[in-house]
Amino acid sequence: MAAPAPDHIRDAYLELARRRRLYGGLLLVIFVAMMAAGFRLAESRNAGGFVDGLPMVLAFPSEVLAEAWQKRANLPGLLAKHLPSLVETLNIAAVSTLLGGLMAMGLALLSTRGLARWPRLTGLFRRLMDALRAVPEIVIALVLIYILGGGPVPAVIAISLHTAGALGKLFSEVAENADLKPVEGLASVGAGWGQQVGLGVLPQVAPNWLSYALMRFEINLRASAILGFVGSGGIGYDLKLAMQWGTGRYDQVVAIFLLLFVAIVAIDRLSDHARSRLVRG
Amino acid sequence: MTTTATLSPALTDTVLTRFARRRLAAFAVPLAILAYLAYAAIAFDIAGLAGRARMDNAAVLLSDFWQHKTHVTRDNRTGALRVAIDGEAKGTYPSDRLPGWIATQGDTTRIDLGRGHVVTYDAEGARYDVPGYGLIDIRQQDGGLRLTAPEPLPDWINASDSRVSVTTEAGRFAYTRSKVETFRYQPGWALFFFTLDSPFHYMSWPEIAASALWGPRVDPDLPNIAAMARDFWTNAMWRHGDVLWALFETVLMAFLGTFGAALVALPLGFMAARNMMPLGALRFGLRRIFDFIRGVDGLIWTIVLARAFGPGPMTGALAILLTDTGSFGKMFSEALENIDEKQVEGIRSTGAGAVQRARFGVIPQVTPVLLSQVLYFLESNTRGATVIGAIVGGGIGLLLTQAIQTQKDWEDVAYYMVLIVLMVMAMDSFSGWLRRRLIRG
Repeated sequence: MAAPAPDHIRDAYLELARRRRLYGGLLLVIFVAMMAAGFRLAESRNAGGFVDGLPMVLAFPSEVLAEAWQKRANLPGLLAKHLPSLVETLNIAAVSTLLGGLMAMGLALLSTRGLARWPRLTGLFRRLMDALRAVPEIVIALVLIYILGGGPVPAVIAISLHTAGALGKLFSEVAENADLKPVEGLASVGAGWGQQVGLGVLPQVAPNWLSYALMRFEINLRASAILGFVGSGGIGYDLKLAMQWGTGRYDQVVAIFLLLFVAIVAIDRLSDHARSRLVRG
Repeated sequence: MTTTATLSPALTDTVLTRFARRRLAAFAVPLAILAYLAYAAIAFDIAGLAGRARMDNAAVLLSDFWQHKTHVTRDNRTGALRVAIDGEAKGTYPSDRLPGWIATQGDTTRIDLGRGHVVTYDAEGARYDVPGYGLIDIRQQDGGLRLTAPEPLPDWINASDSRVSVTTEAGRFAYTRSKVETFRYQPGWALFFFTLDSPFHYMSWPEIAASALWGPRVDPDLPNIAAMARDFWTNAMWRHGDVLWALFETVLMAFLGTFGAALVALPLGFMAARNMMPLGALRFGLRRIFDFIRGVDGLIWTIVLARAFGPGPMTGALAILLTDTGSFGKMFSEALENIDEKQVEGIRSTGAGAVQRARFGVIPQVTPVLLSQVLYFLESNTRGATVIGAIVGGGIGLLLTQAIQTQKDWEDVAYYMVLIVLMVMAMDSFSGWLRRRLIRG
């Protein structure tokens, strides 16, 4: 029996490589065609076209900045005036991260294999988290504004519910990888479920959970600014009011931009730093 | 023995102080959280919330979510009867095809509200027979209303000289000089499939199935099944066609934005990675640009772009594209810095140039990481596109905010919410499937 000729192997390999390249190329062509067609469609349903609008992109920012530069003397006062709104936005983000995080802890522990209090119900809690994650914050926020009136509370409830679903999934993925031996040890000395989880699991998962929660805080800060713009409460609402006024209040717009920008960058930096310390120990 | 004797007190001390610190933290952290929440409760004025909350709005909203009301109105001057769902013109029944619970005979209209409640309109006025209470009789005379009902009047009857209104568990009834109106509440979303001008509205499900398969053509130009699809698609009450278009627009925004950002960010990510780009200044500049884009945030980009391009899905897509370019640029360059250099060296040893090294040494390594990040963003952008649509005026976000602002089309709001959740879940499972196929396969 002769071994297959090297030529044969090489041909087969080249054939395979050619076919792969063909499929890859085809996929790429289809993808590019879809992007192009989608873009044409989106453009046709847009009020203004892409080419017409492109030179205008910088027109609005420069108009705003020019006016703000003329009234630059107002800026420190405006910054101080809008600072309480920024604090409210930060509070919305922090409270909803906290509340959502606490809910997520409960949901994660209840839906993790090996830890669940009621193992039969894990599927139910998982579906619950999926549903919480799937509802965009704006839906809940707008409906709650109708009932509760404006203010930060609808935003807090909406963001916390979403956070509970999103963090719950990440938390339970972490908890799934936790070492179960401490839990068994605690169970063998007669610890209850709460003690097993509190002493056996939480110390293991705390760094990762905290790191995910910090990341969520960054996301929630942006979400609370957007919800303020669409609904009410916080710096987003101030921004909307200033924008609706239009020319004449662009110094306010710039002051709010600045506050928001500084807050987002600062929080991102801080949480980046804290997370790298948490994960590296 | 001497060593342990000298060491162990120090060791116990360390252990004990650490334990004490831990115990303190175990109390201090929850306390700090509680204190912060208490501060937030005061700052958010939770106490005042109870006063501001409109529980009647909540009741309206919840009942509208799952039931509809039919207005039965008689104009007292002309005597004309109008039966309309939610009182809307497009939900008005043709006068020869009234629902079965309304019977007309000459001037007399008999409305059966169910559970024994019967309202009768006739030439003299109107009567409402409430079981367990008695007959409420209203007659119009001398330019005023005369009410006869068992005394004392309960608080669910509100009577004055010019207006009598009655609210019971079966419906609502109101009589004024100009008109008499009865609302009947029924569960379900009215006219969801076919509106009243469609012949299919008057058929039961088996009849519809039969008519679709072998029934005579309702519209001579179209087979019945196509006519049904047309009537459903152009349903004036629910506007299924427009709603599905809006959903598609939202998904389109997320798709174009996410993948557009990935395409833009890939070369930029190469240029910002330490091991790919020798020019430090360019690298530094790009990183600061990414930071700036991320820091300015999608909200502000959306506003700026909406000014330039006007409302619509393209503006939303561009806003997502711009915001995500910052995030992707940062993530891609970090992923590129973390690659295994050995493979690149192997390719280099065969005499490959920079582009070939990138194509065969780097891309295969980073593709799974980048792709899973992009798909993860696609999921979250599908949700985000709803919000962005509300700001730029495109997609389902626009329809949703419009329906909420009217403050009465809550059944539409419920419908959109269900569709949004289904859309997000579908995108989640689609991107999960794609990730498994592309990365493991």
